[in-house]
Amino acid sequence: MALVLTEEQSMLRDSARGLISDKAPVAHLRHLRDSRDATGFSRDLWKSFAEMGFAGLLVPEEFGGSGLGCVEAGVVMEEIGRNLTPSPFLSTAVVAASALSRGGSKAQRGEYLPKIAAGDLVAALAIDEGAKHRPLQTEMQAVRSGNGFKLNGAKALVVDGHVADLLIVAARSAGHAGERAGVTLFLVDPKSKGIATERTIMVDAHNAARINFDNVEVTADSVLGEVDGGIALLDGVLNIGRGAVASEMVGLSEEVFGRTVAYLKERKQFGKAIGEFQALQHRAAELYIDIEITRAAVLKALQALDADAAKAATAVAVAKARAGTTATRAVQEGVQMHGGMGMTDQFDIGFFMKRARVCEELFGDANFHADQLARSRGY
Amino acid sequence: MADLEKFRAETRAWLEANCPPEMRKPMTSDEDTFWGGRNTKFSSEPQRVWFERMRDKGWTVPHWPKEYGGGGLDGEEAKIVRQEMAAIGARQPLTSFGISMLGPALLKYGTDTQKKEHLPKITAGLIRWCQGYSEPNAGSDLASLQTRAESDGDHFVITGQKIWTSYANYADWIFCLVRTDPAAKKHDGISFILFDMSWKGVSTKPILLISGRSPFCETFFDSVRVPKANVVGQVNRGWDVAKYLLQHERAMISGMGERGAGRPLGQIAADSIGADLEGRLEDSVLRGQIAGFDVDEAALAAAAERMVDLNKAGQAHPAFSSAMKYYGTELNKRRYEILMSAGGIDALEWESERSKEGARPRAWLRTKANSIEGGTSEVMLGIVAKRILDLPGA
Repeated sequence: MALVLTEEQSMLRDSARGLISDKAPVAHLRHLRDSRDATGFSRDLWKSFAEMGFAGLLVPEEFGGSGLGCVEAGVVMEEIGRNLTPSPFLSTAVVAASALSRGGSKAQRGEYLPKIAAGDLVAALAIDEGAKHRPLQTEMQAVRSGNGFKLNGAKALVVDGHVADLLIVAARSAGHAGERAGVTLFLVDPKSKGIATERTIMVDAHNAARINFDNVEVTADSVLGEVDGGIALLDGVLNIGRGAVASEMVGLSEEVFGRTVAYLKERKQFGKAIGEFQALQHRAAELYIDIEITRAAVLKALQALDADAAKAATAVAVAKARAGTTATRAVQEGVQMHGGMGMTDQFDIGFFMKRARVCEELFGDANFHADQLARSRGY
Repeated sequence: MADLEKFRAETRAWLEANCPPEMRKPMTSDEDTFWGGRNTKFSSEPQRVWFERMRDKGWTVPHWPKEYGGGGLDGEEAKIVRQEMAAIGARQPLTSFGISMLGPALLKYGTDTQKKEHLPKITAGLIRWCQGYSEPNAGSDLASLQTRAESDGDHFVITGQKIWTSYANYADWIFCLVRTDPAAKKHDGISFILFDMSWKGVSTKPILLISGRSPFCETFFDSVRVPKANVVGQVNRGWDVAKYLLQHERAMISGMGERGAGRPLGQIAADSIGADLEGRLEDSVLRGQIAGFDVDEAALAAAAERMVDLNKAGQAHPAFSSAMKYYGTELNKRRYEILMSAGGIDALEWESERSKEGARPRAWLRTKANSIEGGTSEVMLGIVAKRILDLPGA
């Protein structure tokens, strides 16, 4: 398959760009932050996402979605990255929809997927526990109790956790932290007894929560996929999420870069545009090259996910690692080259730096993924 | 799509039946590369067999027209041949500057006569070419070159000196930049001309490099008479041809950064440094460096693939090969710094059978030229800044 967007994918990009840049530019995020909006995103915007078919992009057609793939999801994520748009697209339309359509029983798919496609349900994946993303280190306990399980533990960085209508929770039903076997995924109603949710205001002003589970009872029907076999399902779902976040970082990097190059042409010191100075020209050129190479690696990973998600792990590790280092470089150069203006809250560039830092931690940072690659290559 | 899958199956079967097992092993020495030319010798029988079979099939250059000895394949088919060759580790049957540099320029700018004269000899490996670009006082500022070509009837008489001419001492013909109008602005008085290295007045002198090897020469021209019919493109418009060729040269050099097929670098390092009980490289800092390298190498491979596809879709920026050249060569230097660190004391031996006459340190030193030859990294960044990013200034 050619490593460029198809005509249909380019059209999707144009319509996503139109909607998102029009209704939710960076000013939209700024407004939500400054007004301390309780939801953390615009329900109206999410309704527009559903009407445009974005909410159900990965939902199979039989459940009311458009049955598209990761490349298309990446196309939308990239526009989200350009505009720093907060929405449940990642948590719900990408991650939860993938988890449900790949691992859900017939009943589970029938119940939740149409609601996701319609924009009527927000779902959140609760996976991380420690300071770093380490799915195999899951310690949260799922102990058999009667016909179901009792959940005990705590989760962090649950994206959209405080507004979710449905939680997808990873807990250990057997074995010990570090082992692949013994993790089970559960579909949990956030209103269940024993759940305490704390919305955590994060550096990037995007939604996240810490959620405590204190003897939360769930039935056997709430198991998503196989008991003790959750990691295999999670691997695929997380890789799709990683591909999506990598796309967001490509969009973010390119936007920061575009704004920075424009500033280099406009800002004058010593009687000339600062973009005339070779020291800055070469740094800008290096960053451009970094972004272009990362873009190729990310598209490669998205295509690999669509071809066979089980075989895409290496390409995804490369993409997420590259996207992380590239975005980190892009935002640092962005602030530095904007000089004092880059340090002001009034200027948007800092918003990109903050979001890049969160994207880097989401679903594993560059070190995590480089380490995965090293293990897969036997060293 | 079905046709392409059929083509893939046929290609796979043909390669399986025709590529000798010895030609599927990673190359270990300079002799493993077959360059062709009048004085060439095959270093082994399988090398000869593999070359001749590929030549007869037109696959020394699969995407060139059949009338010139190519395979007449379109972009998708040629990509399949590359992929299937890579899948079994098949070596290139023929490596030459005729294929990677001169050919594309001739196909675009050459006359019918020039194409018929030169291209079939390139695909058949009969003529080995070298490149006369740099001069002692024209390096990064290539367009300031001074080699003179004076008009004399239907000939030019060429006098001057080139430097860093790769393998000039083995080459049969040269494609050369000469100044045909000394009065014009520096870019406007240059012509691109072809001549035989055996003609009167041409001499070469190898340059000993820090690697202890001499892949480059000084090349001298003392009143060499060359027919005017050998000019490619228009007289005094040679800079257009030169730049077009450089795009291909840079794309070729950027490929150096990308050698994904062989044994993983981390395992090569573990061979000498050792690994812990879980198989992780003993030197954890080096392990991190290698992992970072592997990420970047895989990303570069994707970018190279994308560049081909963008070209096909007509969406590529013409200067993008400079970006790839920059990244590929810097990456290759990183690879060899890692290999030297991984090899440690063993990688310091310069002369011994054990070290294959210092193969690794010599290769390491050779890579330092990657970011100089074909345009320095600094020149590449300047091209990206000006031509792609449109930043102001000279």
